[in-house]
Amino acid sequence: MSTGHLLVVGAGQAGAQLVSSARDLGWAGPVTLVGQEPHAPYSRPPLSKAVLRGQATVESLALRSPAFYRDQHVDLVLDERVTRLELSGTGSGTAVAASGRSWEFDRLALATGAEPRRLDLAGADLDGVVVLRDLADAEALARRLDVADLVVVGGGFIGLEVAATAAAAGVRVTVVEAGPSLMGRVVSPVTAELVRAAHQDAGVRVLTGARPLRFCGDRGSVAAVELADGTRLPAGLVLVGVGARPRDDLARAAGLRCDGGVVVDAFSRASDGHTLAVGDCADLPDPTPGSDRRLRLESVDNAVEQAKAAATTLVGDPRPYTGVPWFWSDQGSLKIQIAGLAHPDDEVVLRPGERPGRFTALRYRGDRLTAAECVNAPADFMVVRKALAQGRAVSRAEAADAGVPLKKLLA
Amino acid sequence: MPKVCYTQPDGTERVVEAEVGDSVMQAAVRNGVPGILGQCGGSLSCATCHVFLDERHADDFPPVGEDEDDMLDVAATDRADNSRLSCQLVLAAGQEVHVTIPETQL
Ligand SMILES: Cc1cc2nc3c(=O)[nH]c(=O)nc-3n(C[C@H](O)[C@H](O)[C@H](O)COP(=O)(O)OP(=O)(O)OC[C@H]3O[C@@H](n4cnc5c(N)ncnc54)[C@H](O)[C@@H]3O)c2cc1C
Repeated sequence: MSTGHLLVVGAGQAGAQLVSSARDLGWAGPVTLVGQEPHAPYSRPPLSKAVLRGQATVESLALRSPAFYRDQHVDLVLDERVTRLELSGTGSGTAVAASGRSWEFDRLALATGAEPRRLDLAGADLDGVVVLRDLADAEALARRLDVADLVVVGGGFIGLEVAATAAAAGVRVTVVEAGPSLMGRVVSPVTAELVRAAHQDAGVRVLTGARPLRFCGDRGSVAAVELADGTRLPAGLVLVGVGARPRDDLARAAGLRCDGGVVVDAFSRASDGHTLAVGDCADLPDPTPGSDRRLRLESVDNAVEQAKAAATTLVGDPRPYTGVPWFWSDQGSLKIQIAGLAHPDDEVVLRPGERPGRFTALRYRGDRLTAAECVNAPADFMVVRKALAQGRAVSRAEAADAGVPLKKLLA
Repeated sequence: MPKVCYTQPDGTERVVEAEVGDSVMQAAVRNGVPGILGQCGGSLSCATCHVFLDERHADDFPPVGEDEDDMLDVAATDRADNSRLSCQLVLAAGQEVHVTIPETQL
């Protein structure tokens, strides 16, 4: 059945990959990619860096060229928000947009991504309290970066990326994190502390264990953030970066199982056995070989690799999605690369680098290497990603000797 | 317009017309050339845009940088003398470049 009409809802990283891979694998029928933003699929990582510095354009962010959609016969429909799905139970159905426009499809894929969580605090609706997900958000943020003081609520990846970019532009930045360390449970405490020190060296003030109580305004615009301990932080601009919520509402309303994301199997099939869900919106089996947990991944790697695997399901030659998840985050002078998914209680083997600001924290479960957190250490990152992908052991005792390059251990 | 000719590991070729200032990686990804992933968008974080650059263009681009060198050393497909990360190969007007895509990037 690769001749019917394929409809992909959500024109982002995963949606763009899915239509490309479907065509590569021989999907011969019509393909429609519908997105609610006014832009063709673009890359989001530069939104917290190059876009804020004014160094990127819509064209430079584009994931595919206009010629691609034309040559591949992909009907790209922008500025249309799908608000309702009718599913027949056998994969086909109808999607209806807010404008009233509708599409009948033989096969449906959801690639709706995630949206920033907001804080339910007094003053959260003041002008100048913003979030960052879309190009429109980034452009608005860039226009406001001439403020004296920026408060970033949330010490996660996006918040720290923006903090570093803004500090480099001369803004006074305070990061307010409710938890005990930065980047939550995603990285080890060792890495979190070293990263914190680097941000502080770059002039960013970092407060952990600090809870915002309310946003205080001055004539409708934010002027300060008040913390639970009474501290008042001046703020001409507040970025709330406290994580994202999967956009699974459409799927839920259509009767598909959702549990903090559209629940899919290793073939990216939702509970009706036909509809696909890929990228940030999906709750999926961990693709790491040997793992049996379920999770949601918010990364370019996952959006791309899951969508590629899902395309095999579409064309009737289903291959499960497997691979070693990886992620990167550029925070000022820090190139953070993470290979593999550690459990929060996995142990840490720290390998200091040959110069300051460069190190690798290897994560071990017993003698088994589970992940690596690499800071300005791209070679280590490559070694670990390769070792995990090929199921090769890296002995813990040997890895602890920072004098021996990691790549020697793979030879 | 610069042109890039991509040769797949199985020998099939595809020529893409690129924009001046695009990298060999961007031209591939935007036009759906399989085998070059370029996941990080060119920030030297992923090494999923490894290519073998035809020897005749070796001097047309800046030499391999330190991070690029480190990452190529441990690339998913073994490095050769003409290995490059194609995000570092930025195209100038009128340039014609031939690259070969490795078996695997991940
Ligand atoms: C600022 C920022 C920095 C990031 N940095 C990194 C990084 O350094 N490394 C990394 O690996 N990842 C990074 N990410 C995460 C990465 O960008 C996402 O994981 C990836 O974009 C997910 O792809 P997706 O297609 O699932 O979702 P998206 O790219 O968000 O695409 C979903 C699209 O669907 C549209 N949509 C949703 N609902 C509907 C509807 N009902 N009708 C029509 N359209 C709809 C949305 O508007 C959106 O355009 C970053 C994200 C952000 C926001």
